Amino acid sequence: MNARSLFVPLGIFLALVVTLAVGFRLDDPHKLPSELIDRPFPAFSLPSLADQAQTLTEASLTGEIALVNVWATWCAACVIEHPELMRIAREEGLPIYGINYNDDVDKARQWLVRYDNPYRTVIVDGEGRLAIDLGVYGAPETFVIDEKGVIQYRHVGVVSRDIFDTTLRPVIDVLRSRQAAIEPS
Amino acid sequence: MKFGPMKPHRRQRLMVVGLIVLCSSAAVMLAMMALEENVNLFYSPNEIVKGEAPVDTMIRAGGMVLEGSVVRSETDLTVDFVIGDLVAAEVPVRYTGILPDLFREGQGVVARGRLTPEGVFVADEVLAKHDENYMPPEVADVIARAHENETPAGESGGQ
Amino acid sequence: MIPELGHFALILALCLSCCLAVLPMVGVQQQRASLMMLGGALSSGVFIFCALSYAALTWSFMVDDFSVSYVAANSNSALPAHFKFSAVWGAHEGSFLLWTLIMAGWTFAVACLSRSLTLVMRARVLAVMGFLTVGFLLFMLLTSNPFTRSLPVPPQEGADLNPLLQDVGLIVHPPMLYMGYVGLSVPFAFAIAALLGGRLDSAWARWSRPWTNAAWAFLTIGITLGSFWAYYELGWGGWWFWDAVENASFMPWLVATALIHSLAATEKRGVFKSWTVLLAIAAFSFSLLGAFLVRSGVLTSVHTFAVDPERGVFILGFMTLVVGGSLLLYALRAGRTHTVVAFDYLSRETLLLINNVLLVVATLAILLGTIYPLIYEALMGGAKLSVGPPYFNAVFVPLAMLLLVAMAISPGSQWRSGSVGRLLRRQWLYVPLSLVVSTAVLSGYETFSMGTAIALVLAVWVLFNLIEDLWRHIANKRDKLRAIFAQSPSWYGMWIAHLGIAVAVVGVAMTEAFSEERDVRMEAGDVVSVAGYDFRFDGVRLAEGPNYVADRGAVFVTRNGTPVVTMFPEKRRYLARGNVMTEAALHGSILRDLYVALGEPVGDSAWAVRVHVKPMVRWIWFGGLLITVGGLITLADRRYRHRLRREAVVGAELAT
Repeated sequence: MNARSLFVPLGIFLALVVTLAVGFRLDDPHKLPSELIDRPFPAFSLPSLADQAQTLTEASLTGEIALVNVWATWCAACVIEHPELMRIAREEGLPIYGINYNDDVDKARQWLVRYDNPYRTVIVDGEGRLAIDLGVYGAPETFVIDEKGVIQYRHVGVVSRDIFDTTLRPVIDVLRSRQAAIEPS
Repeated sequence: MKFGPMKPHRRQRLMVVGLIVLCSSAAVMLAMMALEENVNLFYSPNEIVKGEAPVDTMIRAGGMVLEGSVVRSETDLTVDFVIGDLVAAEVPVRYTGILPDLFREGQGVVARGRLTPEGVFVADEVLAKHDENYMPPEVADVIARAHENETPAGESGGQ
Repeated sequence: MIPELGHFALILALCLSCCLAVLPMVGVQQQRASLMMLGGALSSGVFIFCALSYAALTWSFMVDDFSVSYVAANSNSALPAHFKFSAVWGAHEGSFLLWTLIMAGWTFAVACLSRSLTLVMRARVLAVMGFLTVGFLLFMLLTSNPFTRSLPVPPQEGADLNPLLQDVGLIVHPPMLYMGYVGLSVPFAFAIAALLGGRLDSAWARWSRPWTNAAWAFLTIGITLGSFWAYYELGWGGWWFWDAVENASFMPWLVATALIHSLAATEKRGVFKSWTVLLAIAAFSFSLLGAFLVRSGVLTSVHTFAVDPERGVFILGFMTLVVGGSLLLYALRAGRTHTVVAFDYLSRETLLLINNVLLVVATLAILLGTIYPLIYEALMGGAKLSVGPPYFNAVFVPLAMLLLVAMAISPGSQWRSGSVGRLLRRQWLYVPLSLVVSTAVLSGYETFSMGTAIALVLAVWVLFNLIEDLWRHIANKRDKLRAIFAQSPSWYGMWIAHLGIAVAVVGVAMTEAFSEERDVRMEAGDVVSVAGYDFRFDGVRLAEGPNYVADRGAVFVTRNGTPVVTMFPEKRRYLARGNVMTEAALHGSILRDLYVALGEPVGDSAWAVRVHVKPMVRWIWFGGLLITVGGLITLADRRYRHRLRREAVVGAELAT
């Protein structure tokens, strides 16, 4: 009896670990809402940052495999991933569309002047409506879309060189080979 | 009062076990009672609009503070605003006091308070996380669920 | 270059700590003294390389090397130098480097200060600590490398340190807390080593005691500083929120408090051995649990670091391995070390047992409340809830009061035997006396709360007993003044720590019952009266700081017409991130704190202003400080060292 009671703490601990593991899995905010993948980019009609008279829609994003990056000037981490976005735009031949999320238009312009602009165009999502349609938890987030504008991948958090090489590039390579297979026929 | 020389460790052990059992069962009862009274369930605006949330009970509610909905009183610190899931459901909130530094329109918030029979959520406390990059997970969840339930046309209100 | 050296130093530290975890154990297995002796050299190596790595990161901060991602995310060229220094531990990666450095530091300290342990014991202890260091270093290198560069185009400017952390309190709070958390690995390692050796004797308890006391003292001051920081920096005027992260630090403290008392009984009387071992394992387990809760993002709180599932999985796995492994070892080995020592129902052993049971039950109740949202979510599938502070108050306060009762009568107790008469001999005098004193104090206030009254009576009762205890120790000495200073440090430490508890309890009781708080809308010239003080708001002016601009309000405080102070609460806007921070103004004294914070502008010239008058709130932290001092004083006890020497000789003879 004595010997068995010594196992009680171990039992309690294991129950605790199971609870933590379950809770942890449930709360994982990086879990991709599956319903977003393979869905067309949500419909929107929003102004462009460069020229607010110009209206951009989901059709503006089609034609090429591209990245869509959600950013804001209040987002500290966006400064961190910025150099990598610059490199991708320069070296990978991949257009990046920006979604300026919940931000001040003037500040956003100044930010791009100060740090340089990796984006082909920037969509002004002042009310965060598009970001919500995309299920964005916060900036930065980056989506991979194919040439038809269908969402293929979502990355939550900073895009580093490492993350680009290990997670985004494989997705893009698959898309490119698919595109190459379709086009000749 | 002294232990007998025969089996002192037995009785001692009994005392130890008895004490622990007594103390912990009292504590468990205490804890359970306290838990029952002090657990604040979370309700989304949608659930509140549909009448699923209890009236006049301490609950938590969360959502996005709708743009242009914040109205301050001229005379005291009462603030009225509306939280919603940005699809259909909207709940008016009233709060008297000082709002947290990160409170602003378009930001996700979680409030703790009671729902009046008229459907106004009277908040005792408004929480905004001290990290503005991320939404409170409850709010993110609310919006995600609201979107899952949205009808394809996206224009019908109130589910 | 320097960041790469820092990274390299970490890798070297990992290699050395792997050796430290393995070689001395192999030495014990093969009975080779040469391998066992490697522990000392290896632990200094690990410490040196961790320190180098830490220095490299600090250097990167000081020279604004924004090509290092971590520096860019948490610093800014406009940040004052002392904040650059403390920004090293301002976020997850760097704070974990500090954690690891402290781990290596404790290991090094054990290696240096316990040369008198038996060779086998020392080898095992150092190997266990080496194993823990391996885990921490692996975690850092695999999931949270602070030296990652963002090349080839580094940002021109850093994103700045979170303004909440730009505060002197934050320079000291985390290191102290980590010293406590990680310091609990020492009694843990001693417990594991003792279990491995199958020898849970009083020598083991005596070795553990000073280390436990030291770690516990650091944990105490860490929690105290954290509470003080929350009070003046979060802008809410509260001093404890039962927040998940606060609980994560409070639970190991409660268990460590139980451990300290239980170790005393084990050392002096040889009782509760297996229980004490369990507590030693539990105390460090709660530290790891705290790390998991804070760093995995599984619970949301103002203090949690950014979420990364990889990290959570790693810590959970490591915790399962370490804690699960040691509890398994405990289950298999602790039964062997059963000894029978009898004691009376009314002896000091019983009081210590009561203390232990109460502390452990309190810990479990807090644990339940902290993870209840997770349990509920796991069982109910996604429904979210939160457990409010009333729960924690409802379960903790009654238990704490019972603890005070045990503490009050403890000076009259004796080891082994006791009687009602001896235990309660003067209480017929002290209990009514405490009632009278408390009534006198409370009669000055208009409101009355039963909880406060009880807490106050108990605290005063403890005080009377402490004074009597002091008197008893010097009564039969001729030179009473000298006798006061001639007591043993252990007794002194105990006395001061208990005094600290009483002081803190008085502070808590008075603050909770008699604080007055008003949130008001004020225009320049408006006056608000709170608890007899008149606060006149004199408007707001613009002020500039090194990396922020602020609206600085002026509040002129008078009492019955006589000026008290002018206070300057601020609303700061930090430029790099654009976020807004409330900087409350405080005016403290022994008997009350005045607290003024600016809310937001409401209308043209009006501001929302929060005004508190909090009686005796500083006693809480002063109590915490006393407890810490008490813990540190016990370290001066020469008894430990002297006996260790003798034990060591015997041990060495046994070993050969």
